[in-house]
Amino acid sequence: MDPVNLAEVTGSVAAIGYGLAAIGPGVGIGIVVGKAIEGMARQPEMTGVLRTNMFLGIAFTEALALIGVGLGFVWQG
Amino acid sequence: MSGIAVLASEGDTWSPPSLAEFFPPAIFFEGTPLQIDRINLIGFLMTGLVALFFVMAFRNPQVVPGRLQNVGEVAVDFVRTFIADEILGKEGKKYAPYLATLFFMILAFNITGITPLLNMPVNARIGYPVFLAITSYVVFNWAGIAKQGVGTYFKGNLFIPGVPKVMYVLLTPIEALSTFVLRPVTLSLRLMVNMLAGHLMLVLFFSAAWYFIFFPNHFLQPVLGIGVFGAGFAFTLFELLIVVIQAYIFTLLTAVYIAGAVSEHH
Repeated sequence: MDPVNLAEVTGSVAAIGYGLAAIGPGVGIGIVVGKAIEGMARQPEMTGVLRTNMFLGIAFTEALALIGVGLGFVWQG
Repeated sequence: MSGIAVLASEGDTWSPPSLAEFFPPAIFFEGTPLQIDRINLIGFLMTGLVALFFVMAFRNPQVVPGRLQNVGEVAVDFVRTFIADEILGKEGKKYAPYLATLFFMILAFNITGITPLLNMPVNARIGYPVFLAITSYVVFNWAGIAKQGVGTYFKGNLFIPGVPKVMYVLLTPIEALSTFVLRPVTLSLRLMVNMLAGHLMLVLFFSAAWYFIFFPNHFLQPVLGIGVFGAGFAFTLFELLIVVIQAYIFTLLTAVYIAGAVSEHH
């Protein structure tokens, strides 16, 4: 029996995958920066510490999105 | 930009930039393991420039600093105040030289991505970030072992105190993986992929602008090309921000890892 294609995706699947992969880190960085700014607005004297920790949080969250960029090139099936 | 050079020779067909961007033809020692191409030459150039700058700035330090020494002091003081002292506290002085070296090497290797005529971030080649990450890995592990001794250091990192004994079955492999494997891997990948993605974006914008302006299929395309060129210029400025932030984050994370290794209680 021949396999029947019920649905087929053509074009760049990697681009769709990266789009999906970017949702999580996007929301994550939004939360990190938003909360940091909220904290700075409430306690301006803590701005320095908050900014440093904000960049740390961004670095960890952003790594996921960047792995998505890399995988698209590594795995060009 | 090499993408534009390719386009100019091909005429009116346009192809998106690919990873071939990052592997230009060899210049010296072709075929040997020590093959040197354009990116390596940029790396040598930037290493030389950074070394030259700091040697010139601090070769003959005065109590009242001259012009170049002043710039050098501001630069080193930035890393000292905002990274070393802020994260490491009183240990900061000891590690400030390494952190400053790291920061300015990464900055120099990144900034070539938006320097006219060079146009290639050296850190987009995985070898450079990997080497920097390995040095950071050695430094933070050495710092922890020197401060706490081999046994205490690994025990503190692998067996977190204050956790039920049964949980170590689950926690120890996770801790080992995240501390001793994923830290250097994410350090190098974060830097490399950021530079790679930024460079590809710039090539995309400027090669598309070139194509629209010089090989239009429609009379409105040159107008679109000018718009795309403007967007490319805006992205160049955005890249400048990314370049500095990535150098800052790499150095900051190294400082955080060192701070975690030298602190007594985990």
